[in-house]
Amino acid sequence: MHEVNVKKIIDSVKQLCMSSNYYLPEDVMRLLVKDYKTEESPIGKKCLEQIIENARIAEKKNMPICQDTGITCVFVELGQDVRISGGNLDDAINEGIRQGYTEGYLRKSVVADPLNRKNTGDNTPGSIHIDIVPGNSLKIFVMPKGGGAENMSKISMLPPSAGVEGVKRFVLNTVKSAGPNPCPPIIVGVGIGGTFDSVGILAKKSLLRSLDSPNPDIYYANLERELLEEINDLGIGPQGLGGRITALAVLIRKHPCHITSIPVAVNIQCHAARHKEIVL
Amino acid sequence: MKEMKLTTPLTNESINQLKSGDSVLLNGIIYTARDAAHQRLITQNDRPFKLQGAVIYYTGPTPAKPGEIIGSCGPTTSYRMDEYSIPLIQEGLKGMIGKGPRSQYVIDAMKEYRAVYFAAPGGAGAFLSKFIKKCELAAYEDLGPEAIYKLEVTDFPVIVINDIYGNDFYNEVNPL
Repeated sequence: MHEVNVKKIIDSVKQLCMSSNYYLPEDVMRLLVKDYKTEESPIGKKCLEQIIENARIAEKKNMPICQDTGITCVFVELGQDVRISGGNLDDAINEGIRQGYTEGYLRKSVVADPLNRKNTGDNTPGSIHIDIVPGNSLKIFVMPKGGGAENMSKISMLPPSAGVEGVKRFVLNTVKSAGPNPCPPIIVGVGIGGTFDSVGILAKKSLLRSLDSPNPDIYYANLERELLEEINDLGIGPQGLGGRITALAVLIRKHPCHITSIPVAVNIQCHAARHKEIVL
Repeated sequence: MKEMKLTTPLTNESINQLKSGDSVLLNGIIYTARDAAHQRLITQNDRPFKLQGAVIYYTGPTPAKPGEIIGSCGPTTSYRMDEYSIPLIQEGLKGMIGKGPRSQYVIDAMKEYRAVYFAAPGGAGAFLSKFIKKCELAAYEDLGPEAIYKLEVTDFPVIVINDIYGNDFYNEVNPL
């Protein structure tokens, strides 16, 4: 039995909130630089240059990459042989968010009530998902998710007859209708399967995969490649001002589902594709 | 597509020359306002700043660290402000800065009442903060990150999306 005190969790979440907002992941930066070279549109190239410069300024000055420091999405893989001591896991994560957003000069972007809309003042509560897994370690992923890209995300319950073509059409239409809004070049997280409630989580979790590692399933790896090609044929381009690079990557996560349906969710991530993780 | 400098407050004369796709470096005073501030602006009669000739920047910056003027300060998505924009344009608002396309009814109002819409680079708030030389709270402090701030900017880089002639640069680049 591995014991983890909540103080360690609070401090880790606090640090992850700050570092994820200041430092763009290296795999995202590498792709931006690579795609800058292939972008043909002059205005698209200029936009990519600004985006790269922005990330470098943020890193150097320890300041947020984007003013929308997001709702804090937290994914926890809790080993079943871990014992949390000193308090409650959910409370500890929210305390970490509170401290990270306050001490890290991050924007507080959460309202307590969707209709009465009073800001909670400390960016809590986070959007927390906990999975119990085998083992004795505790893994925490923090993903600050901006509202602009989140608002362009969609879910559909397709019939089995729609097949892979129906899924592709839905993904392409979602990206097309999002247009310049979600700050392209985007990363397209796609969940396929599961149920109405779980497919959105699949799509969001797909965004945690490293852009350097291909989909482990060859069928889906090919589908990701085809979709990326077709998305980049749309012409939306960086910042929606025209060009080749509309998306940096398509990431699919799948799950078994009912004989009646193909649930599909598209969770759009902006070019400030921020996430960091720690194992305790 | 031209490149030029403009100073606020904007006048009909200064925006007549702007065409969709032009690059503009903005100078002078601009005011921040996003969803909650807009809602308050259109439901209240008192104006925390003079709308005639004004430029509104759709943004909610991150808090300034000690010794800094402002935090990260990039544009938010503009279509959410469409619902509130027409009365402000009718009152004399001349410029809006954000990202993403506007509704046709806002584009029509920009043509009728002479106002322009600019896009600033989305998700580049650290980069854009370099062009902000002063920042002070102007109104609605209780709205926190959605309060109205008065910003003084120097050569703030934007692109004209909608001019006063009814053109839409996003649509020119990628026709619907």
